[in-house]
Amino acid sequence: MSAQHHESASAALHGRNDDHGHDDHPAHEEGHDHGSLGSYVIGFLLAVMLTAIPFWLVMAKVIANPQTTAVVLLAFAAVQVVVHMVYFLHMNPKSEGGWNMLALIFTTMLVVIMMSGSLWVMYHLNHNMMPVPMSKMRDMP
Amino acid sequence: MNAPTMEIPAAAMAISAGEPKAADTAAASNRFLVLEHHPENGTLLGFWLYLMSDCLIFACLFACYAVLGRSYAAGPSGADLFDLPVVAINTSLLLLSSITYGFAMLAMQRKRMQSTLVWLAITGLFGAGFLYLELSEFTHLIQEGAGPGRSAFLSAFFTLVGTHGLHVTFGLIWLVTLMVQLGQTGFTPANRRRLQCLSLFWHFLDVVWIGVFTFVYLMGVLP
Repeated sequence: MSAQHHESASAALHGRNDDHGHDDHPAHEEGHDHGSLGSYVIGFLLAVMLTAIPFWLVMAKVIANPQTTAVVLLAFAAVQVVVHMVYFLHMNPKSEGGWNMLALIFTTMLVVIMMSGSLWVMYHLNHNMMPVPMSKMRDMP
Repeated sequence: MNAPTMEIPAAAMAISAGEPKAADTAAASNRFLVLEHHPENGTLLGFWLYLMSDCLIFACLFACYAVLGRSYAAGPSGADLFDLPVVAINTSLLLLSSITYGFAMLAMQRKRMQSTLVWLAITGLFGAGFLYLELSEFTHLIQEGAGPGRSAFLSAFFTLVGTHGLHVTFGLIWLVTLMVQLGQTGFTPANRRRLQCLSLFWHFLDVVWIGVFTFVYLMGVLP
């Protein structure tokens, strides 16, 4: 543990110069992985598949039940977002000393709370605002 | 796990003993300062935080669309309006622009100015093609009487997709600016940093577009 720390610390001290050159370190100390040709191509191929299949599912009307289709589409989208994050945005738990991942997790949490909360509240609002029949409306104050 | 806690008192004693020997301070800095070292390239972290806040903007617009997306006000629905083949072309344009930007970044790493500029130009062309198709879709919708004022669904649609388009527009302006700067001053540290930031921005827009084409277009045409 301590040996590892010292090693990365000295690498951080000596292995970095002013113009932040990293031509000979593809993935260097702080975890700025700028990717390689291979990782971009893998990411691109995965993204193409994950894009093409949902379009095909909808345009060829493969699944009869729209609810099932919607769930499958959302699952594909979620996987594709992760693929883009890893292969194009080079997210990893170590980039910027972990702060990138922390910010991402926090944002994801906020988004989930906000989305599910909005949908929940607005669904019930809609439900409670069902059209009132004319006969009842006349009796209203 | 034990070793660092054993070393800390020794170093602390060396400092508190008031002996500023060069070797001691170097060892101390190895032990403390570097481990809690701030990321030198803080710009990228800051830009990432900006992107996360941008993500929240889009999340709000998505939530809005989720609530209002089926309120047609007796107007046209998504199934009536959306032209999926055009959306598929749009999606592939954006996806291609993502990987060509990746190639530009790889060329930058190898300090090849010519190929960096070429890949950036191709990225810009794909981006411009995307914007052209989106704008022609918008004008077509408005001419058909399905403008943003027609129904809550269309208001939410134009706001969400339009905000994304606006981001792409600013990305394009940034891209052209950066190409000019690269041509003028070359691969300076500042220019390399800017290219990295734009890379994050551009790929982020592609991520948002995944949500748009899935949630708005594909799920919008489902019955």
